[in-house]
Amino acid sequence: MNSRTIAISVALVALMSLPYWVDGTYYVNVASQILFMAIFALGLNVIAGYGGLVSLGHAGLFGLAAYTTSYMLQIGYGHSASIVGGLFVGLGSMAIFAMLSLRATGIGFIMITLALGQIIWGLAYRWISITNGDNGISIHGRPAPFGIEIGSAESFYYATLLIFVVSFVAVLVFVNSPLGAALKGTRDQPRRMTALGYNVWMTRFLGCLFSGLLTAISGILYVYYQQFISPQAVDLTASAEVLLMVIAGGAGTLFGPIVGAALVVIVKSVVSGYIERWNMLLGAIFVFIVIFMPDGLVPGIGRIFRKFSVRKRNNQPQTLAVEGRQK
Amino acid sequence: MKALSIRGLRKSFGGLRVTNNLNLDVAVGERRLIIGPNGAGKTTLFNQITGEITPDSGSMMLMGVDMTDVPSRHRPHMGLARTYQIITLFPRDTLLRNVTLSLLGLKRTRWNPFTRLEALDQIIEKATEALDMVGLSDMAHRPLSETSYGERRRVEIAMALAQRPKVLLLDEPYAGLSIDERAGIKSLISSIPRNVSIVMIEHDMDVALDFADRISLVYFGEVIVEGTRAEVVSHPRTKEVYLGE
Repeated sequence: MNSRTIAISVALVALMSLPYWVDGTYYVNVASQILFMAIFALGLNVIAGYGGLVSLGHAGLFGLAAYTTSYMLQIGYGHSASIVGGLFVGLGSMAIFAMLSLRATGIGFIMITLALGQIIWGLAYRWISITNGDNGISIHGRPAPFGIEIGSAESFYYATLLIFVVSFVAVLVFVNSPLGAALKGTRDQPRRMTALGYNVWMTRFLGCLFSGLLTAISGILYVYYQQFISPQAVDLTASAEVLLMVIAGGAGTLFGPIVGAALVVIVKSVVSGYIERWNMLLGAIFVFIVIFMPDGLVPGIGRIFRKFSVRKRNNQPQTLAVEGRQK
Repeated sequence: MKALSIRGLRKSFGGLRVTNNLNLDVAVGERRLIIGPNGAGKTTLFNQITGEITPDSGSMMLMGVDMTDVPSRHRPHMGLARTYQIITLFPRDTLLRNVTLSLLGLKRTRWNPFTRLEALDQIIEKATEALDMVGLSDMAHRPLSETSYGERRRVEIAMALAQRPKVLLLDEPYAGLSIDERAGIKSLISSIPRNVSIVMIEHDMDVALDFADRISLVYFGEVIVEGTRAEVVSHPRTKEVYLGE
């Protein structure tokens, strides 16, 4: 068993037992937030980290799925239909987003996604008959999959954990698959990929769809967690925040977005209780990461760890030699 | 049937004509050398053959099949492979992964989002064979960033050969190499089987002349001299515009 497998197993055990060792419902709820925001960040990481396509409109897709589910619940649909509706609209919107945005890469892609995200924010804010404008939409109750109630903080946490694990495994499988390798290839050398016979546009489009699916899932979890959705959830700040999660944790890594999501949610939800200017602290943390670990926390910490183990390995024979001489 | 046949190819960028009624025929198994001064339009010609640049007019046939309007990404599937003047590889990956990506480009498996790439034994085996062909199989798992420039040139050739092309375009394969590395690449190119037609752009006449069955001198986007080595080297226009008196 290698160190990575051990780390994953320990993390899984810790996550599964979390409601038993954290102090109170509040922290269980924080953990739920970390998990669904991690799914959101994993989704964005598929295109930003592995595809090299930085989106500043992902909160729009997140919100579309959340709004659809809330609206359908509000007009009387059941949970299953509303969830399917949210997923369908989220995925369909991502397809439209991708068709429009993939006409460009780099700054062009960022600007198109930013504009599309702002359109969705504008709709959420102004299409009052559907979205209830600034007042948002409230929902009541959570689904009971297979008859299991997820109304309590603990049960909702376990449901979110299950979906998070499935999402994580899906990303793990995807990035190690031929299609995932092709997506990474289009990030590094799109011209070469075309010359090798790949359809770069379609590869990126499929990457976007997968990203959209994860984003829609997190949007639906968000609305069931909050029991409320308003334009604030789809604004530019929300898109930038999830992008910061990806960048801070390590774009193009599996664990980076999860660490980034944990960092942002903990500072927002826990540290903000002790420090009034918590967003300044968050800003300072990002500046620190960008300066000292420009490729993100996970690769940065990994590098430090490797450096120490190499130093330790190099020191070991010298110590033995000295001991030998002393004898 | 010609391996590659180009007729009346024209391309302009605004008022600058980069390819001017260019005609080129390469026989099956032939080694063709394209020479010409800097800015003559040699790489632009390669970019049009691979479809990276769309010509204004003219036609291109690959093994008797018209590929003029075929999208760039489909041309490797027809048997066309190339290397680049500036090495264009995947720097974050290993040598094996680079060649695997090349092989995967021609397989339907490239759309598979479920199977582990490392579990595709046949492809991995073929990629290892391709690396073996260029003498790099013992470095298969080394990251590309830890290899020398000459080794990267070999990887580029391995990637092209792995696709079993019918026509291989080599854009200045000796550029930036040391004398020893040049000798290695030269013997590697010489070992490519004759069922692969090769068109090579090269400035180093010492290494390139031995390679060529026929030579085309490109000047201002058109072939102004074409023939055997002796014919082209002794031609007055070659001396005038390329070799010097």
